[in-house]
Amino acid sequence: MIDRKTVEHVALLARIQIGEDQKDYLGTQLSKILEYIDKLKKLDVKKVEPMRGLHVDQNVFRKDQPCQCLDTDRILNNAPSKKENYFKVPKVIE
Amino acid sequence: MKDLTFSTGCAIAQNIKDGKVSPDEAHSFFKERIKKLDPQLKSFVEIYPDPLKEEGASALAGAPIAIKDNICIKGKRISCASKILSSHISVYDATVIGRLKRAGLQIIGTTNMDEFAFGSSTENSCYGTTKNPWDFSRVPGGSSGGSAAAVAARLVPFALGSDTGGSIRQPASFCGVVGFKPTYGRVSRYGLVAFGSSLDQIGPITTNFSDCAHLLNIICGHDSKDSTSTPKDVVDFTQALKDEAKNVKIGIPKEYFAQGLNQEVKKALDSVIEVFKDKGAKITEISLPHTEYAVATYYIVASSEASSNLQRFDGIRYGLRAAGTNLKDVYMNTRGEGFGDEAKRRIFLGTYSLSSGYYEAYYVQALKVRRLIKEDFDKAFNKVDVILTPTSPTPAFKIGEKATDPLSMYLSDVYTISANLAGVPAVSFPCGFSKDNLPIGAQLIGKEFDESTLIRLGYSFQNVTDFHKKIPAL
Repeated sequence: MIDRKTVEHVALLARIQIGEDQKDYLGTQLSKILEYIDKLKKLDVKKVEPMRGLHVDQNVFRKDQPCQCLDTDRILNNAPSKKENYFKVPKVIE
Repeated sequence: MKDLTFSTGCAIAQNIKDGKVSPDEAHSFFKERIKKLDPQLKSFVEIYPDPLKEEGASALAGAPIAIKDNICIKGKRISCASKILSSHISVYDATVIGRLKRAGLQIIGTTNMDEFAFGSSTENSCYGTTKNPWDFSRVPGGSSGGSAAAVAARLVPFALGSDTGGSIRQPASFCGVVGFKPTYGRVSRYGLVAFGSSLDQIGPITTNFSDCAHLLNIICGHDSKDSTSTPKDVVDFTQALKDEAKNVKIGIPKEYFAQGLNQEVKKALDSVIEVFKDKGAKITEISLPHTEYAVATYYIVASSEASSNLQRFDGIRYGLRAAGTNLKDVYMNTRGEGFGDEAKRRIFLGTYSLSSGYYEAYYVQALKVRRLIKEDFDKAFNKVDVILTPTSPTPAFKIGEKATDPLSMYLSDVYTISANLAGVPAVSFPCGFSKDNLPIGAQLIGKEFDESTLIRLGYSFQNVTDFHKKIPAL
């Protein structure tokens, strides 16, 4: 059961502001979904290796060669706030 | 001007090559059709005044194509149908876009989708719902609903979509077109906005298998910019365009024909089986015993990966930034305002299942069951060459019907999800109509990297049927 306190905890972990009026509603919906998902617990998978992806038996490397980067101006043009060649953010250190 | 409504992409390209139609005429024809019909259908997000095209050669050169709005096209807007990204201009071309350009196709615009591809109905779009061209009161499916609806209405001969749990195949089924999800690793995802990185694949939505094979030839292949892209050689898929099903072993998984399957869909599938039998295919009943766990497994795996992938939308480098006095508030307000309800639900579900105390019970448990599902397919493919199933338990449902019940929406993906979990190729193609004149789709699932057998069977089916030639009255 996802109670109001859990919703608030997960909202903080996920960095998503949830309106007061949405908390109970979201909790109820997630509880219903998790109740369905709990059917996975019926299976005995103690000896099964988790499948972490497909074709992941080998790491993939590329040569460390200089190549052309994406255009800085174009990237910065998408930024909500910038100064010179930097992204501008609110003060981080008090 | 020549009427191109019923022309395939291949035919349009051939006409251009023969000098019967110019590329500009082909573009204008579809642009006019979009202008006339899309205000009701709402399948496009953006229609470019001038198509993007480069000098290029291929069997499809000159043919117009539309792109799902989660694939980067340099210098063009990309939104993933989300408020959080709505003003973003792509800085680079996705690998598939570069390939289409080099093949000489004309990119005419972007199509609607569920926000970040979260959904099965295209109702979760910040632009509003795309309609099903066969019945405006119904959904086109999702999340590539815009691409499927546009192709079904012949507003464009073909389009690209992306498929994480059925997002190409289910809308193709609802709209009566061909939707192909290649093997995981076949098509580079560089430039596709990531949803579930161990599941996502880009694929074509077309009206027929010939166009499908030609598009796959263009978009498949290794790309060093996507570490999951396979270095395996790509065969010429058009070699599979043969009416030949003799002795192909087709498995019918009993779990996919059990409770919950609409009787009209079942009847249509029975007739598909008859067509393949007549062609000399060998039909065998098989079992995929962990099928009933696929939806639950998928929603943990996909949501967990999504919650991680969507951390980048934080209001710092692109997209929306909401006000806040400190960095944490900026993050929280931006994401609270920018994400729609379904995106929030998925991020919550994923964050919860990855969080301390629940990681083993949900995420790791789901990864273990995923292996069992994959092993079901490995075992089945020791006995059969392909697996035939319905694409969706029902034809297109009504707009709003499942919008307030997320779980019932998730369950509508029950037949498509497993192919993503197992990483195998699968295709949906039209195989009948319900009594309400709604398209019904059949799905063929193949062995890893064996797209060719799916194309061959699909082509064989379309050679003796004409469901794919019917178009909605608009």
